[in-house]
This record gives sequence, structure tokens and C-alpha cells, in this order.
Amino acid sequence: MTKIGMLFWFAAVLLVGLAFASSAEGQKETVNPIAITMFIIFVVATLGITYWAAKRTRTAKDFYTAGGGITGFQNGLAIAGDYMSAASFLGIAGLVYTSGYDGLLYSIGFLVGWPIVMFLLSEPLRNLGKYTFADVTSFRLEQTRIRTLAALGSLTVVTFYLIAQMVGAGKLIQLLFGLPYATAVIVVGALMITYVAFGGMLATTWIQIIKAILLLGGATFMALMVLIHFGFDFGSLFQTAVNNHAKGEAIMAPGGLVSDPINAISLGLALMFGTAGLPHILMRFFTVPNAKEARKSVFFATGFIGYFYILTFIIGFGAIALFVNHPEFFQNAKQIIVDNMPKIVDATDQTKNLIGDKKALVGGENMAAIHLSNAVGGPAFMGFISAVAFATILAVVSGLTLAGASTLSHDLYANVIAKTKDEQKEMKVSKIATFVIGIMAILLGIVFEKQNVAFMVGLAFAIAASVNFPILLLSIYWKGLTTKGAFWGGIAGLITAVVLIIISPAVWVDVFKNPEPIIKLKNPAIISMTVTFVLTFLISKLDNSERAKEDREGFEPQYLRSQTGIGAEGAVQH
Amino acid sequence: MDRSLIEKIKSDQDFQKLVSERNRVMIVLTVAELIVYFGFILLVAFNKEFLASKLGDGVITIGIPIGIGVIVVSFILTGIYVYIANRDYDELSEKIKKKYIKEV
Repeated sequence: MTKIGMLFWFAAVLLVGLAFASSAEGQKETVNPIAITMFIIFVVATLGITYWAAKRTRTAKDFYTAGGGITGFQNGLAIAGDYMSAASFLGIAGLVYTSGYDGLLYSIGFLVGWPIVMFLLSEPLRNLGKYTFADVTSFRLEQTRIRTLAALGSLTVVTFYLIAQMVGAGKLIQLLFGLPYATAVIVVGALMITYVAFGGMLATTWIQIIKAILLLGGATFMALMVLIHFGFDFGSLFQTAVNNHAKGEAIMAPGGLVSDPINAISLGLALMFGTAGLPHILMRFFTVPNAKEARKSVFFATGFIGYFYILTFIIGFGAIALFVNHPEFFQNAKQIIVDNMPKIVDATDQTKNLIGDKKALVGGENMAAIHLSNAVGGPAFMGFISAVAFATILAVVSGLTLAGASTLSHDLYANVIAKTKDEQKEMKVSKIATFVIGIMAILLGIVFEKQNVAFMVGLAFAIAASVNFPILLLSIYWKGLTTKGAFWGGIAGLITAVVLIIISPAVWVDVFKNPEPIIKLKNPAIISMTVTFVLTFLISKLDNSERAKEDREGFEPQYLRSQTGIGAEGAVQH
Repeated sequence: MDRSLIEKIKSDQDFQKLVSERNRVMIVLTVAELIVYFGFILLVAFNKEFLASKLGDGVITIGIPIGIGVIVVSFILTGIYVYIANRDYDELSEKIKKKYIKEV
């Protein structure tokens, strides 16, 4: 696209954003002017970054990996920015608010994948890959079948994750800015297309870094204010929370969320190994110059993400402890105040019964963190946190869109369909793919507005754990892996995961409204991962084809490179 | 890379040292992380009462420091990996590269 065309597009996106901001301002008296101002500053700044990045994005390598020149610390922040979604900020704080300790179980699950990524994948990924993780899985295996499998795995993960994010984004912006759902989804889609199509990985990386800093800063401030309120006495914070919450002491220990051992282990497997199979996360390892920076990235990312989850735990408990003085945060607040007039009962006693209730909070449980920002920092800080939540959504969907576009252009177009080495052509395809994925995400986001999409993130993790992770792990470490084994094992794992999710309570009962699920297993990982590993192993062992011989012979040179980095892709200088 | 060079690097002492140390560290740390996390998950599944037992007089349960501990230990394990890797792996791989690849 020409420079003028690009400027034209930027102006259009900016206008959409401004129209959105002003319409929101006019529509509802509750809309926070600071949120609108912060939002506009963020959009203008990120468009500026995108323009700057667009001038530096000339080659395919620039587009996919930001030229490979990101430092370990920067990449650690960007990984954290890519991974800490609005769902994990608002969702986990909300879960802690309603169930207490159970919220921590999810935080832990989302964190423990990182050491696995570090120990098993980070350095081999950097040493073997170029743009996508399929570069690694197809290093010695047959390009066509293995890239097709990787594309299937990546695209299903990206699609489900993206739908969940878009629907969440639409609803959140509707609540925060008082804007129609469809408009909100279109604004998010237009911005993410702009960032990715023009600024590629460089713009996406910096947007993720800025978002990570804003989110970590905002959450730190909230947790600090909660702790200051209780004089840094955790005993008194938890005591107040137990006194206020309808569930009482039950919030201090694991409850019903993880009921039986099989479900607990299956969810644990999906969260731990799913993290190690998310295409948008794996792609971030190609933005650093070498294995040393790759491992540093994971160390910083694990630190930031772990710190953030500890903050969300404090934020959730802070909400339980402090909302008692804020009847205005609850749906029937007016009712409470009116009811109390003749009886002269302390309003806080009434609020108490509502604390921890999913439906009582204005906007639902996911708004716990937003209301808490109001309680500890007033409307100005709430405006800031709302804008941060918005930035969070944009950074995550941009990362997903970039990963999806890379799969379409690098894995499918350049290596399966056209089999071309022409990188300029490939880059053109990747930009078209960005628009296609962005528009698809907008449409699906609108289609799924009224659907229950809660299962989609779980499904994305289960597929990542059952398709991408096993094939990646075996291709790096197991000499005996063959193309046939990887392909059919991966396909079987994918089908198993999808079918088991469809007949599970989350879809069969919650979406299709059947009275009983066909299986009680909530997350399929324990079965689908086993299917992938066992079938891949057996088919590879029995594979006597010519290709299998080639696959096995290719292992040694690959192993040398994965261990030493000899021949690995380096950074380009600008 | 041609066959003879692969054989030479494979039988190189530094390469063997790098690979054996890396594999040992990888396996020990991965197993440690798996034990920490799935140990915690099994505790949640089988012994909720233990996690619900009180620490001292207040309402804080033993589950809180254990849960936060899983996060902190995971981070420390990645730190141990980075420490060992920075100390040994880069030097060894550079040495191997210098020995066998002329242009590096």
C-alpha cells in the first residue's frame, strides 16, 4: 500500500475512534471523561508507533519478527503483555471476588506453563525457527503435511481465543464507555488490523510493552491502596474479607471449582501445556537475536506474570473487603437505601449479603476490579483502569491476529500452496491475511454476542496442549518421530479435543441446552493429549516409508543446531 | 552441514558436555516443576481440609502461602535455569562454533 493510502487509512481509523469517543460521551452520563481522554491518548500514541514501525517494516523478517532485534527484557514485557488478557485481569479478579481461593487456582494454572516453556522449548525454538513454530516442527519433516497440521492447530487456537476476546471486548466496552456492542467490536477490529497490517511485529511488540507497563502499574497501585488501607496487615485484610463475604471462611480454601481429581488434573494439563502451545506466544521467541535473549525473555515474563497474578489475588480480596461501604456498586443499591430508611438499619449490613454474589455487582462479577479502582482511586483512577482494560484487549487481539496472519501467509501460502521463496510476495499475502482475519474476527464477534463463549479459551488451551505442544516437543527431542506419525497423531488429538468439548457440560448443556452432558469431563486435555502422544508414537514406530527414513536421518543435524545455535537465524541491523 | 562435520561435532568433548549438562538440568527442573504443580493440584483434589487448616489465630489458611509459593517457586526455577545457562551454555556453544564454523 502507498504512503498516502496508509495515511488515509490511519485518518479513517482515528475518525472512527473519535466518533466512538464522542458518541460515548454524549450517550450516558455515567461515562467517565478521563476514560475517554486516556483512550484517545492511547489510540493516538499507538497509531504514532504504528506509523513509525511501518517505515521500519520492509522485509518479511521485519514483519514477522521485528527484525529479530528485540532484547530479552523487552520481549519479556511483550510476552507478559501478550499473555495477560483482559480476561485474566478482570476475570480472575472477579473469580477471586466471587469464590476467593478458587481464583488463585486459575492464576497458578496460567503461570506454571512458563517454566515448561523455558526448560523444554525456548532455546531450541530460537535456534531452529525463523517466523513461526511450524518452522521448527517442519525442520526435518515434510513441509506440506506438517505445516498443514500446524496451521490447523494454530488457526483453531487463534480463532477460538480471538472470538472469546472479541465478545469480551465488546461487552466490556459497552459497559465502560456506554457504546453499542457492534460498534465496540468494529473499533477493536479496525485498530488491531491497523497495528498488525502496517506495523507488523514491531508495532505489536511496542503496543504489548506499553500495555504491560500500564497494566502492571495500575494493578500495583490498586493492590498498594488496598494494603495501605489495612496497614499492610494481611491478617486484617483477610479477616475483613471473611466477615463481609456471603460464603464466609469458605473463601480461604479451595471450594467447588475443582471437584474431582480427574477434572483437576485434566484442567492442570491443559493450562500448563496449553501455554507451551499457543502460536502467538511461541512466535515471540523469534523476535530476539539469540538463545540467551530467548531464555532471558521467559525469566522476565514469568516474573511479571507471576507478580501480576499475586496482585489480582490481592485486588479480588480487596474488593470483597472494601465494597461493603459502597452500596452504589450493587444493582439494587437504591432499593437497599430506600428499604433501610424506615428500619434505620446500617446500609453496610445489607450490602454484606450481596458481596461475592455474581449478579449483584453492577456489570457483573468481571467488574469487581473496575469498581475497586473507583473505591481506592476515585473516578479519575477508574477512568485510567478502564482505558488500561481497553489497551489490554487491543494488545492481546493484535498478537493473535499477527499469529493467525503469519500462519496463513508463511505456513500455508509460502510453504504449502505457492511453495515460493519470494518474501515480498509472502509479505503482501500476510497483509491481506491480516485484513481477512480482522474482518472475520469482527463478524464472529458480532455473531457470537449472545452466545456463551466461556468454553472457548479452555478449548483453545486444550487444542494447543493436544496438537501444537506434543508435536513441537517430539520434533525437537525424539529422533523416531516421522511425518506420518506427527500428522495423524496431531489430527487425532485435534478431533478428540473438539469432540470431547462439544459433548462436555460447557457446550452440550450450557450452549445446546441439553439437560445432561454426555461426559462429565470439563476439559479434554487428559484424554486428547494421551491420544496425540500414543498415536504419534505408534504410527512413527510402524512407519517404514521412504519419508520416514529421511525424517529420522534429519534428526542429527537438527539436534546439533538446536543445541548449539550453529546456523540459527540471526538479527538484522537497521 | 556435511556428514563428517556432524560426526566431528558429535564426538567433540565440549559438545558432549553441553548436551549432557543441558539435558540433566532440563530434566531435573522440568520434573521439579511438575511435582510442585501437580502435587498442589492433587492436594486440592484429595485434601482440601489440609489446605483449609488455619495458620495461627487468624483466618489465613495454610493454602494461601502454599498457593502463592507455587507461583514463587516456579519463578525461582526459571531463575536457576537462566543462571546455569548463562554461566555454562553460551560459553560452550561459542567454543564449539569457533572450532568448527569458520565465519563465526
